[in-house]
Amino acid sequence: MTERFNEQLNEWKKQVEKTNERFPERKEQFVNKSDIEIDPLYFPKEDQVDEEYSEKIGFPGQYPYTRGIQPSMYRNRFWTMRQYAGFGSAEETNKRFRYLLEQGQTGLSVAFDLPTQIGYDSDDSMSEGEVGKVGVAIDSLEDMETLLKGIPLDQVSTSMTINAPASVLLCMYIAVAEKQGVPKEKVTGTIQNDILKEYIARGTYIYPPKPSMRLITNIFEYCANEVPKFNTISISGYHIREAGSTAVQEVAFTLANGMAYVDAAIESGLEVDQFAPRLAFFFNAHNNFFEEAAKFRAARRIWAKMMKEKYKAQNEKSWRLRFHTQTGGSTLTAQQPDNNIVRVALQALSAVLGGTQSLHTNSRDEALALPTEESARIALRTQQIIAHESGVADTVDPLAGSYYVEQMTDEIEKEVMAYIDRIEEMGGAVQAVEEGYMQREIHQAAYETQKKIESQEEVIVGMNEFKIEEEVHEDLLRVDEQLEQNQVKQVQNVRDQRNQPQVDEQLNKLKEAAQKSHENLMPYILDCVKSYATVGEICHVLRDEFGEYTGM
Amino acid sequence: MERKIRVLIAKPGLDGHDRGALIIAQALRDHGMEVIYTGLRQSPAQIAQAAIQEDVDVVGLSSLSGGHKTLFPKVVEALKEKDAEDIPVIGGGVIPDEDIAYLLEQGVQKIFTPGTPTTETVDFIKSCVSGDSNE
Amino acid sequence: MDQLAERIDNQDQRALARAITMIENDHPNKLSLLSDLNQRKKGAHYIGITGSPGAGKSSLVDHFITLLREQNKKVAVIAVDPTSPFSGGALLGDRVRMHKHFTDENVFIRSMATRGSLGGLARATKDAIRACDAYGFDYIIVETVGVGQSELDIMKVADTTAVILTPNSGDILQVFKAGIMEIADLFILNKADLPGVRKLKNQLKDLIHISGHHGHEPQIVETTSAAKPTGFDELHEAFKHHWQYLQQSEAGMQKRKEQLRHEVYELMQEALYKDLHKTIENTPQMKEKIDQVEDPYQLAQTWLSEWRGLSKGESNGKRN
Repeated sequence: MTERFNEQLNEWKKQVEKTNERFPERKEQFVNKSDIEIDPLYFPKEDQVDEEYSEKIGFPGQYPYTRGIQPSMYRNRFWTMRQYAGFGSAEETNKRFRYLLEQGQTGLSVAFDLPTQIGYDSDDSMSEGEVGKVGVAIDSLEDMETLLKGIPLDQVSTSMTINAPASVLLCMYIAVAEKQGVPKEKVTGTIQNDILKEYIARGTYIYPPKPSMRLITNIFEYCANEVPKFNTISISGYHIREAGSTAVQEVAFTLANGMAYVDAAIESGLEVDQFAPRLAFFFNAHNNFFEEAAKFRAARRIWAKMMKEKYKAQNEKSWRLRFHTQTGGSTLTAQQPDNNIVRVALQALSAVLGGTQSLHTNSRDEALALPTEESARIALRTQQIIAHESGVADTVDPLAGSYYVEQMTDEIEKEVMAYIDRIEEMGGAVQAVEEGYMQREIHQAAYETQKKIESQEEVIVGMNEFKIEEEVHEDLLRVDEQLEQNQVKQVQNVRDQRNQPQVDEQLNKLKEAAQKSHENLMPYILDCVKSYATVGEICHVLRDEFGEYTGM
Repeated sequence: MERKIRVLIAKPGLDGHDRGALIIAQALRDHGMEVIYTGLRQSPAQIAQAAIQEDVDVVGLSSLSGGHKTLFPKVVEALKEKDAEDIPVIGGGVIPDEDIAYLLEQGVQKIFTPGTPTTETVDFIKSCVSGDSNE
Repeated sequence: MDQLAERIDNQDQRALARAITMIENDHPNKLSLLSDLNQRKKGAHYIGITGSPGAGKSSLVDHFITLLREQNKKVAVIAVDPTSPFSGGALLGDRVRMHKHFTDENVFIRSMATRGSLGGLARATKDAIRACDAYGFDYIIVETVGVGQSELDIMKVADTTAVILTPNSGDILQVFKAGIMEIADLFILNKADLPGVRKLKNQLKDLIHISGHHGHEPQIVETTSAAKPTGFDELHEAFKHHWQYLQQSEAGMQKRKEQLRHEVYELMQEALYKDLHKTIENTPQMKEKIDQVEDPYQLAQTWLSEWRGLSKGESNGKRN
C-alpha cells in the first residue's frame, strides 16, 4: 500500500528539485515568527497512508492534481496578480495600465466596452450611451496601438476579456506586437473566447452557437501553429456564478463547456494534445470559505480525470486545470461599501488556498460604479498582504487532510459529475445551452438565493442586517460623457484616412472565406485588421454570413 | 371583471447581465402579475413599442453598464412620442445615488438600487396601478 | 366604446392593445365592443401555429414575419403562454425572438397568458384575433405551446392550423395521441437540417393516412431557422394554398360556417354559465346548498329539473 505512496513521494521530490533549479524558492528558508520551519508540503505519515490518499489526493504537480498543478506552488512564485482594468478611451486605459505596472502588478487585463464586445463601432446607433462605459472602446487598430503604447509586449502578458469578437482583438494584438518588433511566437496572454457562457450567463454573444464554435476552433488551430504561447480560451465559470449559480453548478457547467470545446476541436481535426495545454479556466470566489477552496480542488481533479481517461490525452500539460480567479462581484454590497474589502480578502484567501494561478481582487465600490484609483489600489494591496504577510503561501495546499475540506471536495466532485452526466445525456453543452437547460438551472438557484436574502434566512451584513443610515457616496469614478463623442469622431477619422479600396478588398476576402466552412478565418481577419478595418465592419461581414443569435 | 397587472421588463442598451431582471420578473409573476420580458439589447423605441402593444401598466428597466443616464430618459421620451407617457417607467441596477435625482427629473417614476427587496418593487407597482382607472 | 372600435379601425395600436386588455379582463362592455369590431373585420388569414417547447416556434414565426414584411403584408402575432397555477401570474417571453420587428409599425405582437379560468383562454384569444382583424392585418398568427385541450380549442378559430415537428424529439407521437393530427392543415418539419428528418417525414405520412383526413390533405413543409433560413417561401405557398382551398371549395366554406356556428354555442355557453354562477353565489339558499353538497348528482338534477320546469312554464305562459 505504501509502495505507491513512496513512488509518488520520490517523484514529487525530484519534481521540486527540478523546479527549484529553474525558479529558486522565494526565500532561502521559510520560518514563521516563532522560528518554526515551514516545510514545502505536509502529507500523511507513512503509517497513516492509505490507497485513497494516493488515488484522490496525491501530490502537487501530479495527477490528479487535487493539491495543485505545480510541485511547490507559491514557494517559488506567487500567483499572478492581475487586476482587470479598462474604461473610457484607449489613452486613459493605457495610463492606468502603466500605473498598475509601476505599482507591482505582474500582468495586464483588459476590459472592453460593450459595443466592442458585441462587435459594434462607437458610431453605430446600437452603441449609444455605452461607449467606454464598462471598459475601453476599441474600434480599429489605431485604438489598440494607443492602448498598448509603451508597454513591452515581449515582457508583459495580457489577458483580454473578449469573446464573440475574440479573433478580431487577438489579431489586433498580434498586429501591434509585430509593429513593436515582437514576433507572434513570443507574445503571451489569454483571450477569454468562451462563447458558451455568453449564451448561458453573460449575454455578449453575436452569432449562433455553430458558427461561433467554428471561430473558436479556428483560433485554436491558428494559435497552435503561429502563436504558441497564447492561451486561446479561458473557460469561464465566473459569469455563471455571477448570474446566480451555486458553486457546484459553476464548476459543472464550466467543465461541460470545456468538454464541448475539446469535442469541437477534435472534430475539426486537431489532436487533443495539440490544443489542450493552452486551455485555461476562470473561476469565481465567493464568501463560503471552505466550500470555495474545496471547489477549486475538485475542479482540478475532475478535469484531470476527464482529459486523461475520456479524451486520452498523453501530455501531462493537457491534464492540468490552470485557472484565474476573480472575487465575486455579486457578493459586494452597495451598502457600507468598505465592508467589501473584508469580503474580498476572504474570497481571495480561498482562491489562494485553492491553488489559483492568477487572481483579480474586486474593488470595494464595484456595486456602485467603476472602481476609483484608490479602491483599485486597496484591492491590489489585499492580494499583496495575503502573499507577503499571511504566510499562507509558504506551504503547498495547507487545507489538505482536513476531514471537512477533503470530504467537501469529494461531495462537490460527485455533484458536479451528476450534472455533467446529465448534460452529456442531453447531447453535450452546446445542445444544453440551445435548450436553455443551464440558464434555467442558474435562474432557479438565483431566485432561491434572493428569497433567502429577503426572508433573512441568509444574512448579508450591512444590507439585510446591521444596517445604518448612509450618506450619498461622493467619490465615484465617472466616465466622461464627452468621451463617446470623441470616440465617434476618432473612428470616423480613421475611416477617412485609410486606404478604402484595400479595406473593401480584405473584407470581401473574409466574406468569401466565411462561406467556405473548412477555411480558417484568422489570416483573413488579420489582414482586415492591418488595413484598419474596424471591429464593427469585420463583425458585420460575419453577421451577414452567420446570422445573429437572438436569445432564449 | 378581473384585472391583471401587466408589466414589461426590459434591458435597454447592450449589457447582458439579466440576473436582476429575471429575478424581478419572477418575483412579479409570483405576486400574480403578467410579466412580459423582451430580452437583451433593446433600444428605447423597441421598448416603447412593446409597452404599447402589450398594454402594460408599468415598464421596468434594468441596466448594469452605466448607460442608464442616457437610456432611461430615452425610454420615457419614446413613450411620450407615442402618446403613452401615462405608462410609468421604473428602473433598477447599478445606479449611483447621485444619478437618481436626475433620472426622476427626467420622468422616471422610481429607481430601485441593489439590495432592494423584491417585495418593495411589487408594492410600488401595485400602488402605481391602483391610482389609475384603466377606462 | 364605439370610439375604441373606430380608433382600431383607424389603425391605432394603442386602442387595439387596450381592447385586447378589455377582452382579457372580461370587461362589462366586452360583447358590445366585439360586436362593433366584428362589423369592421377585414378578412385576415388566421393562422394557428403549435408545437412543443423547443420546436423553434418563435424563431420560425420571426422568420415568417420577415418574409411577409418583404411582401409588405401587415402581421399580428398573438403568443400564448401558460399562467402559473400557483400565483396566477405569468412570465411571457415569446417576444424575445421577434425583437427585430418591434419598431415595425406594421407588426403587432401581443403576449397572452392562459389565465386558466373557466376555459376563458380560447375565448379571449379568439376575440383578440377579431380585434386584430378589425385593425386590418393581412395575417394574424396565433402561437401556442404544447398540445393541451385549450390549445386544441384555440386552433378551432384558425383558418389554417400548422403543427411544428422536429426530428428525434418524439413530438409526433404526442401529437398523434392528442388528436392534433385531425385538425392540422399543415405540418412544418422544422430544424430540417438535423439528421432524422427523412424518418420523421415517413412516420408522419403514415400517420396522416391512418388519421384519415377528409377534404384537404395536409401538406408537409421542411424549414430551417439557421443563419440563412430555408423553406419559408414554400411555407408561405402552403399557407396560401390552404387559404384558396377555404375560399373556393365547398368543404372549405363549410369549415368557416361550422366555426361560426360553434362560436354562437360557445358564447351562449359562457354567458349562461356566468349567469348561473352568479345566481347560485348570490342566492343564499342555493349558496348554502352548494357549499354543503354531498351528492353532486342529486343537487344538479334537482336544480336542472327546477330550471327546466321554470323555462317550460315561461314558454307556456307566453303561449297562453
